[in-house]
Amino acid sequence: MGPLVVNGIISENTNLFLAFIIGIGFGFVLENSGFSSSRKLAGIFYGYDAVVLKVFFTAAITAMLGLLFFSLFGWVDLDLIYVNPTYLTSAIVGGIIMGAGFIIGGYCPGTSFCGASIGKIDGIVFVVGLFLGVFIFGIGYDLWDGMYMARFLGSPKISASLGLTDGFFALLLILVALAMFWVAELAEKKFPREEY
Amino acid sequence: MSTSTEIKKTKYLNPYIGGVLLGLVLLSANFIAGRGLGASGAIKSTIVATMNTIAPSASEKSGFVKEFRESHEGNPMKTWLVFEMLGVLVGGFVSGAVAGRLKFKVEHSPKITSKRRLILALTGGLLFGFGSQLGRGCTSGSALSGMAVLSLGGFITMAAIFGTAYVLAYFFRKNWI
Repeated sequence: MGPLVVNGIISENTNLFLAFIIGIGFGFVLENSGFSSSRKLAGIFYGYDAVVLKVFFTAAITAMLGLLFFSLFGWVDLDLIYVNPTYLTSAIVGGIIMGAGFIIGGYCPGTSFCGASIGKIDGIVFVVGLFLGVFIFGIGYDLWDGMYMARFLGSPKISASLGLTDGFFALLLILVALAMFWVAELAEKKFPREEY
Repeated sequence: MSTSTEIKKTKYLNPYIGGVLLGLVLLSANFIAGRGLGASGAIKSTIVATMNTIAPSASEKSGFVKEFRESHEGNPMKTWLVFEMLGVLVGGFVSGAVAGRLKFKVEHSPKITSKRRLILALTGGLLFGFGSQLGRGCTSGSALSGMAVLSLGGFITMAAIFGTAYVLAYFFRKNWI
């Protein structure tokens, strides 16, 4: 049955229309959870607000479990779902540069659009920065092409890389997330601050 | 420091409920389109479209545009992520409107000026934009969506983003706390 567009159940244009609807849901949930505020987002790095951790891991686990159960029920063919490829060098170096951008700018791309949508001028300026950063990557592409393509590992699943079944890895991730939520709740009590 | 009972709370969704809802949005994207959510990919599409329009000959030679075309046929703006991000702007605006949060303002710690905040936002955005291209996606496309499909690269990128931000948090603390 699923994924619908890959199996030809819906057309390419319907897919784009649904992308817009899914985007509305994405933006609404992000804004409603407080992701339009850079000071609230940065709280995860200082312990006073752990909304990023809670929403991010709950969402990843919900979607992961949903896909595993959908697959179990035969509702979706996991082999047709896009699994992000792993280019080890660029995954790490790119992540490090993004981490620096996060703590300096206080947003990530999705959340900056969210902030911009409700009038946060710092969010709009962050978006301008994003365009500049992507443009610089584009015009200097030949300079970092080698690093970008280095150490390609295919599209491995972390569960397989660790020698675990998907289900067992999912269980471990849930336990780790619960432990992190517990620490996060303690941190928020220890460093209370006005909510932004 | 005031005690927790005096802490002013604004009306945001419970984060665990927000997480489940976001997870269901991500699950819908995978069920319908066979792919996860994203943000930086829409910016890439816009940059490619702009390069094609204002400098077609340079664009023709660009390895960046060539790489983009390998996975995207036709008009670079007619892609899934561009439509999704237009939706994000609408969804964020509607949520802000319902909650009474629509307001033009520069949000920053009282310890720093608006100008400083905006310079930091521009710098952070530039780094994040660049890093998202190298990392083949940002917090949404690479980390969150990658984790949901158990991608090894997604977990690595997530750890690198948050690990680096934690390591650097001490040096930038005056901007936030």
